[in-house]
Amino acid sequence: MTREHALLESAPDTAAGNTVSRRAFLAASAAAGGGLMLHLTVPGTAFAVPSKSGPGAELNAYIRIAPDGIVTIAAKNPEMGQGTKTTLPMLIAEELDVDWKNVRVEMAPVDMQKYGPQFAGGSFSTPMNWDPLRRAGAAGRQMLVTAAAQTWGVSPSECETSAGVVRHKPTGRTLKYGELAARAAKLPVPDLRTVSLKDPKDFRIIGKFTGGVDSPAIVQGKPMFGIDVTVPGMRYAVFQKCPVFGGKVVSANLDEIQSLPGVRKAFIVRANDAAAHGITNVDRLQEGVAIVADSWWAANKALQKLKVKWDEGEAVNQSTAAFEKRAAELFREAPQKTVHKEGDVDAALASAAKVLEATYSYPFIAHAPMEPQNCTAQVRDGKVEIWAPTQFPANGRTLVAKTLGVDESDVTVHMVRCGGGFGRRLSNDYMVEAAWIAREAGEPVKLIWTRQQDIQHGFFRPGGFHHFKAGLDANGKLVGFRDHFVSFSGADGDFANSANITATEQPARLIPNVEFVASLMPLNLPTGPLRAPASNALAFAFQSFFDELAHAAGRDPLEFLLELAGEPRVIPPPEGANRFMPVPGFDTGRMRGVLELVAEKSDWANRKSLPKGTGKGIAFYYSHLGYFAEVVQATVNPKTGFVKVDKVWVAGDVGSHIINPAGGINQVQGAALDGISEALGQAITIERGRVVQSNFHDFPLLRMNQAPPVEVHFRITPNPPTGLGEPALPPAVPALCNAIFAATGKRVRKLPIDPAELRSA
Amino acid sequence: MAYTINVNGTSRTVDVEADTPLLWVLRDTLDLKGAKYGCGMGLCGACTVHINGTPTRSCITPISMVGDAQITTIEAIGETEVGRRVQQAWLELDVMQCGYCQAGQIMAATALLASNPKPTDQDIDDAMSGNLCRCATYTRIRAAIKHAAGIAHSEPTET
Ligand code: FES
Ligand code: FES
Repeated sequence: MTREHALLESAPDTAAGNTVSRRAFLAASAAAGGGLMLHLTVPGTAFAVPSKSGPGAELNAYIRIAPDGIVTIAAKNPEMGQGTKTTLPMLIAEELDVDWKNVRVEMAPVDMQKYGPQFAGGSFSTPMNWDPLRRAGAAGRQMLVTAAAQTWGVSPSECETSAGVVRHKPTGRTLKYGELAARAAKLPVPDLRTVSLKDPKDFRIIGKFTGGVDSPAIVQGKPMFGIDVTVPGMRYAVFQKCPVFGGKVVSANLDEIQSLPGVRKAFIVRANDAAAHGITNVDRLQEGVAIVADSWWAANKALQKLKVKWDEGEAVNQSTAAFEKRAAELFREAPQKTVHKEGDVDAALASAAKVLEATYSYPFIAHAPMEPQNCTAQVRDGKVEIWAPTQFPANGRTLVAKTLGVDESDVTVHMVRCGGGFGRRLSNDYMVEAAWIAREAGEPVKLIWTRQQDIQHGFFRPGGFHHFKAGLDANGKLVGFRDHFVSFSGADGDFANSANITATEQPARLIPNVEFVASLMPLNLPTGPLRAPASNALAFAFQSFFDELAHAAGRDPLEFLLELAGEPRVIPPPEGANRFMPVPGFDTGRMRGVLELVAEKSDWANRKSLPKGTGKGIAFYYSHLGYFAEVVQATVNPKTGFVKVDKVWVAGDVGSHIINPAGGINQVQGAALDGISEALGQAITIERGRVVQSNFHDFPLLRMNQAPPVEVHFRITPNPPTGLGEPALPPAVPALCNAIFAATGKRVRKLPIDPAELRSA
Repeated sequence: MAYTINVNGTSRTVDVEADTPLLWVLRDTLDLKGAKYGCGMGLCGACTVHINGTPTRSCITPISMVGDAQITTIEAIGETEVGRRVQQAWLELDVMQCGYCQAGQIMAATALLASNPKPTDQDIDDAMSGNLCRCATYTRIRAAIKHAAGIAHSEPTET
């Protein structure tokens, strides 16, 4: 029933500078009742997806055009608020040339063989899909035009489309897509490389403020999140792990727990030796006690009565205080490794007119998505069925299969809307727990973590320590830079997950003499990506120190950053940068562009006229292919040291289009405020191997009365569009700290910001 | 123990323990999933419902305290004129990101506007600061409240 296929290899985008190459596969078939189905696979370059893209691939009904003209588009990636469930279908609908109001979006099943990579992370959805999804839409449009031309016996070139209708220009005859779908389904699929794409000036959907496809259901409180899932005969579960990571259960008062009202079963879950299967520390099933009850409240009440004797293991000796002490010692010792080296830093520092040194540090942070971790699982006749809010469903499927010892084909994972992700749901620890508990219970269960468990049993944004030494020449120009980074090591002895630094960190490759050296402390605590991983921490340290350098040189920080950028040029990506998709080089012209734009919009030049106690700070950061410069204005109360953030200005360059300004601006505002939220109060501290914080009273999130207005400006440049989920976050943190310096003369070198350090009265 | 409570204008009888929070009665006994669990300690507002029109944290309100008060949840808030306007404003500004906190935000905003049709920024801060949004959609929440109240704001809206 498949008519033909088209392979797209290395399709260069018409926009300048796109080196992104992809292989997309499109096929067509007839839908029951006379519709057209288009089947599309967009493989990722480095995904080990056992995908059979190309002829013979399994069909996935990515786009369906029904006889009534309704277009149904599959959303293949998880939705956690980043908006891809709306944005990606917009790309198809634009080139298919249909009315957005006739588009329905359906969550796709999890099957990477059919759909290609299915995940939400790294702000990859936009750059990976911008080109192939538009081409798929355009191919569909071309088939519908051909079907109309054949019906009329005219040339396709005499036909045009608009809002789901093909029109024969000379005669004015029209046919609706729905009427053409059956005929189009019999046509060969055009070559994706040669389909013609719209002139962007004709876009009617891309660039238009488009509300989220789930928004109407959200405002009515319709059940749609993981935590809302109900399956027949379902019980409720809680699961308590050792407060010290990796601890084991010696004994527990299971009999007492099982006698409590509503409790059906309480049992010990033994740690699974999943390391043997190549499963990481984060995902591995940890030891603990499960309580299954008739209601979640009954399970949670029983949890309060649970008494477990733990074998706490090695990790009990860890503490934040010990890490800080050890970091200070390591700074005095020779670094353990060199990460990046260019030029001769020693010589540059020796001949510098001025040398500055400073130590910066930042804490561990939890993700705390608003929806606590949860998962509903059912194990029946050897088949496992899972409903989970997850950013990486296929990974969860593999994990569940390996841990339960079943075949992957016997595990079905349903993607459910995530109440926030921020990277936390890239690991599926809660999924494997739910599957295990459901099997042991012999009944379907919904596992819900308490907020305390969420904060204490996450994987964390790793803390870190930097000792910087940099030299300025007589003109105040940065000539040499060294970072001794004290970070953490993971199980393999190398940098722990997301605790690393790479050769793209500025000022590397912008000035001649740069050295990043590192010393690692062993860590027995899971770490991993938090929104804008590594960048969210490094931006604070580096961009704050740049501000210090600018002030030390008696220069305007903006001018200092522009000098760092230097002449507009493209610096090629370092080796190994093309992990998920080919990435373009770093364009210093785009860096300059956003810095100049944010300076203009924030009236940077007049910042000195602000009242005493109020200041503006600026910072730039490049991450996830997005260029962001931000200015924060903050006022510090001299008596209390409390920081009030007055306003944030953001200038971003993510290429030629803001596909959906509704979601796009929202992401930017949210990311900037997320950074401010982290800086103002968030820290996970460890004592006796335990996480101290437990809920929003001691792990505070920004609140309405603290949230400043965030003014967002985009610089439109002729580059393929890239994602907005992350890159606006990192510069917000140093821009705030630099504003505090401008307001008070006090430099924030340790996060979170401590008001006690900022008092001046 | 059996309790008869009044939810969205309907009388419902539930058999639960006296200390069961209203949140879990709504979600798991009455299958009204709109109110959300976020912290269980009155810290985040995700579980906000109206009790006799007052925004209330249902996660720390035991069923035994509810009595015959009128409970309104997000599922029925659109039946009130103010609630409908607030929902509409939320859509026109596309306030939500993940959306998890938004039922609570809408309940808090509706209660604010029902008692104070033209709130100042300070009024908005006072009424809304108990409702956390991890996605930090605060800029738009503030603007949407103003939008619903007919007060000028500078956020983009659907045209
Ligand atoms: S869940 Fe009730 S206030 Fe957080
Ligand atoms: S929209 Fe995600 S928590 Fe508010």
